[in-house]
Amino acid sequence: MLLIHCPYCGETLPEVEFAYAGEAHIARPENPSAVSDEEWAEYLFMRDNVKGVHYERWRHLHGCGRFFNAARNTITDKFLTTYEAGAPRPALDTLTEGGK
Amino acid sequence: MSKYRVSGRGRIDTSRPVSFTFDGKRIKGAKGDTVASALLANGIHLMGRSFKYHRPRGAVAAGSEEPNALIGTRRGPGRFEPNTRATVQEIWEGLETNSQNKFPSLKFDVGAVNDAAYMMFSAGFYYKTFMWPRSFWDKVYEPFIRAAAGLGVSPKEEDPDTYASRNAFCDVLVIGSGPAGLAAARAAAVEGLKVVLVDENAEAGGTLLSEPQAVIDGKPAWDWLSSELAALKAAGVKIMTRTTAIAYYHQNLIGLVEKLSDHLEVLPQDTPRERLWRMRAKQVVLAQGALEKPLVFHGNDRPGVMLAGSAQTYLNRYGVLVGTSPAVVTSHDSAWFSAFDLADAGAKVQAIVDTRSEIRQELLDGAKSRGIRVLAGYTATGTEGRLRVKSVRVNPMQSGKVGAPETISCDALLMSGGWTPSLHLFSHTQGKLAWDDDRTTFLPDYTPEDCVIAGAGRGLWGIAAALADGAEKGQQAVEALGRSAIAAVPAVKNDRTGTGVSHKELPTDLSPGKAKAFVDYQNDVTAKDLRLAVREGMKSIEHVKRYTTNGMATDQGKMSNINGLNIASDALGRKQPQVGLTTFRPPYTPTTFGAFAGYHRGGHFEVTRKTRIDSWAAENGAVFEPVSQWRRAWYFPKAGETMDQAVARECAATRSSVGIFDASTLGKIEVVGPDAVEFMNRMYTNPWTKLGVNRCRYGLLLGDDGFIRDDGVIGRMGQDKFHVTTTTGGAARVLNMMEDYLQTEWPDLNVWLTSTTEQWSTIALNGPNAAKLLAPLVEGVELTEEAFPHMSCVECTVAGMPARLFRVSFTGEIGFEVNVPAPMGRQLWETLWKAGEQYGITAYGTETMHVLRAEKGYIIVGQDTDGTVTPDDAGMAWAIGKAKPDFVGKRGLARPDLTAKGRKQLVGLLTEDGSKLEEGAQIVFDPAQPVPMKMVGHVTSSYDTGTTGRPIALALVEGGHDRMGETVHIPMPDRTIAAKITGTVFYDPENAKLKI
Amino acid sequence: MTRFNAFNLVKNALGGHKAWTEQWPESQPKAEYDVVIVGAGGHGLGAAYYLATQHGITNIAVIDKGWLGGGNTGRNTTIIRSNYLYDESARLFDHSVDLWQTLSQELNYNVMYSNRGVLMLAHNVHDVQSFKRHIHANRLNGVDNRWLSPEECKEYCPPINIAKDARYPVMGGALQERAGTARHDAVAWGYARGAAARGVDIIQNCAVTAIRRNADGSVAGVETAKGFIKAKKVAVSASGHNTQVMATADVRLPLESMPLQALVSEPVKPIFPCVVMSNAVHAYCSQSDKGELVIGSGTDQYVSYSQRGGLPLIEHTIAAISEVFPIFNRMRMLRKWGGITDNTPDRSPIIGKTPVQNLYVNCGWGTGGFKATPGSAHVFAWTIAKDEPHPINAPFTLDRFRTGRLIDEAAAAAVAH
Repeated sequence: MLLIHCPYCGETLPEVEFAYAGEAHIARPENPSAVSDEEWAEYLFMRDNVKGVHYERWRHLHGCGRFFNAARNTITDKFLTTYEAGAPRPALDTLTEGGK
Repeated sequence: MSKYRVSGRGRIDTSRPVSFTFDGKRIKGAKGDTVASALLANGIHLMGRSFKYHRPRGAVAAGSEEPNALIGTRRGPGRFEPNTRATVQEIWEGLETNSQNKFPSLKFDVGAVNDAAYMMFSAGFYYKTFMWPRSFWDKVYEPFIRAAAGLGVSPKEEDPDTYASRNAFCDVLVIGSGPAGLAAARAAAVEGLKVVLVDENAEAGGTLLSEPQAVIDGKPAWDWLSSELAALKAAGVKIMTRTTAIAYYHQNLIGLVEKLSDHLEVLPQDTPRERLWRMRAKQVVLAQGALEKPLVFHGNDRPGVMLAGSAQTYLNRYGVLVGTSPAVVTSHDSAWFSAFDLADAGAKVQAIVDTRSEIRQELLDGAKSRGIRVLAGYTATGTEGRLRVKSVRVNPMQSGKVGAPETISCDALLMSGGWTPSLHLFSHTQGKLAWDDDRTTFLPDYTPEDCVIAGAGRGLWGIAAALADGAEKGQQAVEALGRSAIAAVPAVKNDRTGTGVSHKELPTDLSPGKAKAFVDYQNDVTAKDLRLAVREGMKSIEHVKRYTTNGMATDQGKMSNINGLNIASDALGRKQPQVGLTTFRPPYTPTTFGAFAGYHRGGHFEVTRKTRIDSWAAENGAVFEPVSQWRRAWYFPKAGETMDQAVARECAATRSSVGIFDASTLGKIEVVGPDAVEFMNRMYTNPWTKLGVNRCRYGLLLGDDGFIRDDGVIGRMGQDKFHVTTTTGGAARVLNMMEDYLQTEWPDLNVWLTSTTEQWSTIALNGPNAAKLLAPLVEGVELTEEAFPHMSCVECTVAGMPARLFRVSFTGEIGFEVNVPAPMGRQLWETLWKAGEQYGITAYGTETMHVLRAEKGYIIVGQDTDGTVTPDDAGMAWAIGKAKPDFVGKRGLARPDLTAKGRKQLVGLLTEDGSKLEEGAQIVFDPAQPVPMKMVGHVTSSYDTGTTGRPIALALVEGGHDRMGETVHIPMPDRTIAAKITGTVFYDPENAKLKI
Repeated sequence: MTRFNAFNLVKNALGGHKAWTEQWPESQPKAEYDVVIVGAGGHGLGAAYYLATQHGITNIAVIDKGWLGGGNTGRNTTIIRSNYLYDESARLFDHSVDLWQTLSQELNYNVMYSNRGVLMLAHNVHDVQSFKRHIHANRLNGVDNRWLSPEECKEYCPPINIAKDARYPVMGGALQERAGTARHDAVAWGYARGAAARGVDIIQNCAVTAIRRNADGSVAGVETAKGFIKAKKVAVSASGHNTQVMATADVRLPLESMPLQALVSEPVKPIFPCVVMSNAVHAYCSQSDKGELVIGSGTDQYVSYSQRGGLPLIEHTIAAISEVFPIFNRMRMLRKWGGITDNTPDRSPIIGKTPVQNLYVNCGWGTGGFKATPGSAHVFAWTIAKDEPHPINAPFTLDRFRTGRLIDEAAAAAVAH
C-alpha cells in the first residue's frame, strides 16, 4: 500500500484514502467541436503509460476531495513529488526518489 | 520418560505433562513441546508421506522451514486445518493431529507404489503423456492425478473462529529476535523511539535458544537472554512472539500475523485466533538469520535424516535426542558442534563424516575427547531403513574418485550442507542480491526500501558477529531517523563459528541416474529431475523450477532453492548468477485466509447501507435486494403472496389510489454557486439556463465518449442552487466525475459540490390520490395544478418537517418526492402512512417501481442502457441542448460510429402470442437462419403488467426507431417468439394521469 | 524432436531419461528474418507456431527480454472460457476454446486442458439480467452457457455458500461446461517446442530496444541488446511492455498497465471441482491439479510495472473467497505474485495492423489474455502472413477508438441501478 502526500492537506497518508485518476496533464481541448476524431481519440484514450517517471493524477477521495498531480516511478512505485492541480509539470532533473 | 527425553536439557517444563493424539494414538509430551518434538521424544520419526512418491518422511527441520512433517490439526467441530507444520504447532491437552497423504495408514501406504515406479514419474512426465485418447484426460487421467496430488484434506465446516486486524506505526521494526535482532532492538531503543521486535517462534531468542553453552557478558546465554528481554521491555520495546512477518510491501509496510490461540488448551472468550498487523515502520532491520541446507544424496529423505542444527535445537530447546546412536554427515563445521552436544547429552555418535579432508584441529580434538569416529574426506552415498533410517553408506573420496563403501549403523542421521541467508523479506522489497562465491550463496545487495539486514541474514556466522552487526545496524536505523545511539557490543565466550564448503549432489559410486537424492523433499524433486529439466532445454532457473516444481512446496523453497540452483548451475555449466535465483514470493510462511479476511466476514464482508426507513420495511415484511452497497425493499408480500402477486397488488394500488416508496437511496448532489448554471450546462446534456427557480427537469449525463452514464431529476432550488439526483449505484461516480471536471478542467467556475445522499430521506408518493393525501400536510405551497404543476420543486414544510418537495413522477401517476432531513425519514413515512390509510395506501418496493416506470417507458440506466447507448439510441434526443456550444459528451456523440446508421435503439416490444419475454433474450430479424445467428438487439426490460393487461417489454433493436410495427423474432431454447416493435410508452401516452 | 508418448516415456525411463533432447534450442539471432515477433509469451510463440504450420513461414525469430513464458503466460490463474457478450468477443474467445480442446494433441505436449466448467455467480438482480443476456446471446452464437439455480450451483460446486442471508446471496449462476483451465507454462513450452521444431528461432534474454523503420516509414527490423535484426515484418505481443516497444515506431496505444495479483493456497486433496467466478464480490477460484486453490484478484488502481501489488487488495480478495466459500477460511495462502496487465478502455484486445506498414500488434488483453492464447495466436499469424485481419479479429482494430465502435465488454457488465 502506497503512502501518498496530499499537497492540499500537507499530510502523507495511506493509499486507501486516495483514488487514482489516470495520466496527468491531458487537457480537454478548449473547443471540442473543432478537433478531429483522431485528436478526440487521443484526448480520450491514448496514454503515455510511462515505464519510469509517470505524471499522474490522484484524488484525495476520503480526505479533502481535491484532485492533485504526482510524479511517480512506475518501476519502483515510489513517489518523487506531488503538486497541486494546474501547477506545471516539475522538471525531471529536479526530482529525486524519496528514501534511498 | 522415554529414553529420548534428556533430563536437564531444553526449555520445556517436564513437570507439566501434556498429551495429545497422533493418528488416534495418545502421545505424551510436556509443556513447551511442539508436535514434532513430542513425537521425537517418543521415538517417533515417521510423520508423513511425500507428495508424489508417498515416501515415508519425518521431520527434517525444527522450525517453520519444515517440508515433510505436515499434519492435520483439529480442535473440535469446525476447527480443523491441513498441512500444519508439526515443528511449529505447540501441543496442548487434547489436541488432535493426523498424518496426511496416506492410505490406508501412515506405515503402510498403497500410494508408495509410485515410489517403485519412480523412473516413470520423472520431472515433467505428465507433459509427455496422458494425451490419448483425447477424452481420457478429463474423465480418467486428470481425476486420477488430482486424487493422487494434494497433501491434507480441506476443512469442510465453517470456521467458528474470529480474526482481527490492526494498523500500527513504529520507528524501528526489527524482524527476528536472535542475537542480531536483540542487539539491533537494544541499539534502537533510544528515548522517544517506538521500537517493535517480532519473532515467529513461541519465545524470543532465536539461535540463543539452541546454544545455551555461549556466555554473553559473563552470563550463560539463557540468563543473558532473560535479562536482555527484560531490559528491552523496560526500555519500551514491544516484543511480539508467535508473530510472523509475512510480507514486505511498499514504503515499509510490513504485514505481520500474530497467532493468538493455536497454542492454548482453553480458548479465551472473545479472543481472535489470529491478528493481522499492518505495520508501517520508518526503518526496518531484517534479522531473520540463515537456514541450514540439506546435503543432496541418495536416501537423504528417510525418517531420521535431519538437519544437524535442527537436531541440536531438539536437544537444547526441547530436551529431545533425535537418536541415541546418530551419525553425522556434513560439509560445514557447525554440524560438529551439534554432534558434540548430542554426545554430551548421552548419545553414542557413530561417526562424523565430513566431505572435507582438512578439518580444524579444535573440532578433531572435540571429537576425539568424546570418542567420536571421524571420517574426513568422505561422501555419503545412501541410507537404509524402511520407516526410519538404520544405516548410512559412506565412501572415501580421493582425488575426485569415490572409493569402497562402508555402512555405518545409526538411528538418526544429522546432515549439514552449510547455511544460506534467509532473504525472503529482502526479496519482497524488490531488493537486489549479489552472488558470494566464497559462501556459494546470494547475499543482500541493494533495496529501494528503508531497510537494513543484519547478522546471519547477510552471511555473518556466530553469536558474537551477529550481536556486533545487529548493534551496528540498529544504530544505523536510529541515525537514519536523525537521532544518535550508542550501541554497546556484548562480549561472547564459547561462541561457535565455522566455515564449510558447498556441494551440488554429493559424489557417488552408484548410478547417479537412479539416485533418489532429494532437493525439494515435499514435492519429491530429485537432483536428476533438475538435470533432466536442463537437458530438455530449461535454461532459466524459473523454467527449471516450473518444470520440476522445485521450490514450490509449502516450505516456499526454504530448503530447496539454493541446492536446486547449485545443481542447475552445474548442469548448465554456468555460474549461479547467470542462472538466477527464483523470486521469493510472499507470504514468508503459509498464512491463514482468515487472517487476511479479518473482520470482513458474513454481514461485515462489506458495509450494508440502509435508509432510515429500512427498519419500517423490515418490520413490515419486506423482501430485500442488494443494490450496490444498499439493501433496498424489493417487494412487500402479504401472508401467502408470491413475488408476482405482491408486485401486481402494489402496482394496482398505486395506479388506482396511492403507493408509497422509499427513494432515499437515490444519489443527491447539491450544486451551488454563482456559476452553478454554467456548470450544469457543461455537465449535463440538457439546457439549464432557462429553467426557472422551483422547477425541475430530467437530466442526462454522458461520458466524454458520448455514451449515457447516468440520469436523474434535477431541481433548481434557487438561482444558483441545484438539487441533483443520480441513480442509486451512480452517486459516488457522478460526484467524482463532476469534481474532476470542476477542479481540473474548469477551475475558474465558482461552484461548490456536496454529496447530500445521506442528508435526505426521500419518500415518493404516487397515485391518483397522492395530492389529496399530501396536501393537508404541506405548508408553504398549494398542491394544485396551477400552484405546483408537474416538474415543480419547492422548499416547504411537510408534516411540520422542513422539506424539499418535488412534483415528479417515475410511475406515470401524480407523483411527489418529499425530501426531509434524513433522521426524520421514518417519522415522515409513518405520518404519511397514517394519513394514507383512508386511501388504502400501499407500500411498494423496487420491483413495482420498475414495472410502473416500464409501463410509462422511462428507462433505467444500467438496465435499458449498457454503456454503449447514446441519448438518441435511447430515444432521448430531446434531452440534448442543441444550442449549447459544448457539454460533456457532445464531441463524443459526433464520432463516426455514434452517428452511423443501424445503431441499436430503444423500442417497445409486444409479443404476438401475449407471452412474457425474458430479459436479456436476443432478437433476430430472420428466425430461420442457422447458428451463429445475426443478433440485432436484446430485451432490456420485460414485465407482466396488470395495468396494460398484457406483458410488455423494452428492447434495443438495430435501427429500431424506423421499424415501428415490424415483427422481430426472439429465438428461445424451446421456441421462437414473434414480437411487434412499438413505441416505448405503454401507459397513458397523453400524460393525462399526471394532472391533479 | 523426440515425440512425446507413453512408449517413449517408458523407453526413456528405462534408460534413465538420458535420451531426451532439448525442447527448444538456445538460438542466437540471425541477420535477417521474414518475421520477428517481439515477446515470447503464449501469444507470440503461438503466432510463430501457426505461421510455420499454417502459412509456410518458418524464417521467424521470437525475441524476449527474459525467459520464454515469463510474463503473463506464466502468471495468470489459467481460467479459460468464451461466454462473452458481444458477438465479436464470443467468436474470438470461442475460436480459442475450440482450439484448446485438442491443443495437447496438436502440439504433442500435454497442456492439460481441463473441461471442468466455469461457473459465474450472480449476486444481485442486475447480475441475473446481465448473465441471462449473456446466456441468450451465447446460445445464438453457438457458445455453450446455461443458467443454474442457486441449488444447482451448490450441486455443481459444493463449497459455494448459497445461504439466503449472505451479504451478497447467490441468486444463480451461468455455467459454461466446455470452459475450464490449462497448465499455463506448458502452453508456452508446447508452442515453443512446436515452433522450434519447424525452424523458428527462440531468442531469450535479448531485449528489443526499438523498432527501426525505413525511409518510407515501413518496418526495417528491430534493434536489440544483441544488435540490429533485419525483418520484413515485425509483430509485437509483449504484454506489459507494448506501449514502450510500439512507441519506438511512433504508434501510440490506448493502454494502461496495471498490477494484477493472484495467489494459491497450500495444496489439498480434491475439494473444488470447477472454476467459480464471482464478479460482484471479486472472487475467482479453481483448484489446480496439484491441489492448490488458485485465486485471482482485481487490478490495483495505478499504472505500475513493479509486478508487485498492495495488501488491501489481497485482504479483499481473500475476504471475498471466504464469503463465497466459508469452508476455506482456515486454509492457508501459500504464495502470491503479481503481473502487469495492459488494459484498453473497452477491455477488449487490439489485434491487427498498425499505421506502420508491416508492423502488427496484439495487445490489450487486460486480465483475460491466457484463455485466448490459441485463438489469438492463430488469427494474429493469419494477419501477419496475409497482411490483413482474419474475419475473427477484424473488429479488434486500433481504429475503433477513433470511430467509437468499441467492443465494450466492461460497459456491457454495466452498473447496478
